[in-house]
Amino acid sequence: MAEIGLGHYLSVAAVMFAIGMAGIFLNRKNVIVILMSIELMLLSVNINFVAFSQFLGDLTGQVFAFMVLTVAAAEAAVGLAILVAFFRNRGDIAVEDANLMKN
Amino acid sequence: MGIFDTLSFTFPELTLAIGAMALLITGVFLGDKSAKQISMACVVLLVGAAVLVLVGPSGTQTSLFDGAFRIDSFSSYCKVIIFGAAAFAILMSDRYLAGEQLGRFEYPILIILAAFGMSLMVSATDLISLYMGVETQSLALYVLAAFNRESQRSTEAGLKYFVLGALSSGLLLYGASLVYGFTGSTSFDEIARVATSTDTNTGLIIGLVFLVSGLAFKVSAAPFHMWTPDVYEGSPTPVTALFAAAPKLAAMALFTRVLTTSFSGVLTDWQPVIAMIAVASMMVGAFSAIPQTNIKRLMAYSSIGHMGYALIGLASGSAEGVRSVLIYMAIYVMMTIGTFAVILMMRRRGGMTENISDLSGLSRTNMPMALIMTVLLFSLAGVPPTAGFFGKWYVFLAAVEAELVWLAVVGVFASAVSAFYYLRIVWFMWFDEPAPAFERDSGPALAFAAWGSAILMFPLLTVFMGPLTQAAGIAAASLF
Repeated sequence: MAEIGLGHYLSVAAVMFAIGMAGIFLNRKNVIVILMSIELMLLSVNINFVAFSQFLGDLTGQVFAFMVLTVAAAEAAVGLAILVAFFRNRGDIAVEDANLMKN
Repeated sequence: MGIFDTLSFTFPELTLAIGAMALLITGVFLGDKSAKQISMACVVLLVGAAVLVLVGPSGTQTSLFDGAFRIDSFSSYCKVIIFGAAAFAILMSDRYLAGEQLGRFEYPILIILAAFGMSLMVSATDLISLYMGVETQSLALYVLAAFNRESQRSTEAGLKYFVLGALSSGLLLYGASLVYGFTGSTSFDEIARVATSTDTNTGLIIGLVFLVSGLAFKVSAAPFHMWTPDVYEGSPTPVTALFAAAPKLAAMALFTRVLTTSFSGVLTDWQPVIAMIAVASMMVGAFSAIPQTNIKRLMAYSSIGHMGYALIGLASGSAEGVRSVLIYMAIYVMMTIGTFAVILMMRRRGGMTENISDLSGLSRTNMPMALIMTVLLFSLAGVPPTAGFFGKWYVFLAAVEAELVWLAVVGVFASAVSAFYYLRIVWFMWFDEPAPAFERDSGPALAFAAWGSAILMFPLLTVFMGPLTQAAGIAAASLF
């Protein structure tokens, strides 16, 4: 068995990031899924930071990861608040319905 | 340096942060009836912060907080314009908010918090402070976009802005994590040292690509511009006026600082990317604006185009180029504030109007307003001898000196195309059958912003261009 190294962590993070991105663009049903995808992207970045931090023997990456966690929480709060306002007006949170403005 | 010495350099930011908290508590106790006083207090705070920046130690370069935050002429130049633009955004929203029953005290405080974030952005010299600045700004702006929470369009704009803004933060962060991993540091100076010393570092370049994509989202450059028209159209108009001015300058300044300081060693790698983004933005700005009927949407495409011109200056990668970006952005912010002041004056008895056809025959119903708008549109189009022309002139000059002649040629072509839709509005205003007149009394703030901007763009041009180019030159020199 090969030892799990930096490359493995980076690959997991890259896959998670790609899934998160795909979730935002392919999802046609529910805005909550978009919020989850955003969270997935930010968490994949955290894996990157912590893996690099361990690899380099430098604490900055872990500090950055904590900053990202905190901001992600604030971001989720703001996003959900906007979503509640949107839901109150529309009675629905389907992505397809967010189409009042078109070219 | 002791903690008090360090803090003494950040008085402008501390003023905004502590002031915002104090006003928030005041607002909670007094309720929405205090909205007007809190607005005024916020304007005073912003003006005070701008004065503190001006009297502060801007000539020297001061690095604070272990190199995470830098005060130099570049950051001071941007901060003064940002605080000024934010103060105008608050002043200009008075009547609109009252008319739409939106006079809530949180509004100016959110603008202050956004201005605080922008001020962090332009001073950031570390990936962590860069990210914190961008997020502080963005979280406040998402809420502002959805500020009219009874309106379907406003909440939809807020939701779209939030989703795409969070996506761009994700890209930015992913890039930041790769840059950190492959250089071993988050500090711009350290990244610059590694980027120049080693030969091709693939991980660093991939990180740079993600970082550039994230920042291009924030300045709404094509092909990352798709959120802009919807958000500009759906948001309350004074919020759109804010979006189009201060955050654009802050994001462009951040973009400039990141690329010219930490990645100057790999200039040949990012120069073609920025050039392509600039070309795409100019083309989208020029062609997509033509079929628009809503003036806010038109201004969105216009701003995408203007970001393209500013990016030409950045693509030059020289001190000359950075100077041209700073001149261009200052002029852009001034004329955008003026144009939105005119758009905010488009009020009839039934409420606000925002169709281009509502401006028809304006010269016969409201001559001064038509004159102001004409000057501003000429300036936006870049017709000589308005300020908009000189902004483009410096940008194209920098491109030619950096041997990017083709880019300047594309820029000239794009501005010729975009002149069509600006001048079409001028034609509507002067030669079409008049639409019903707008209400005359729009308040002193809007009149001041519109007149001031129009006078600066044309008659007083020679007076302010000298100091502006000089200040921009000093600011640009501090990055090299």
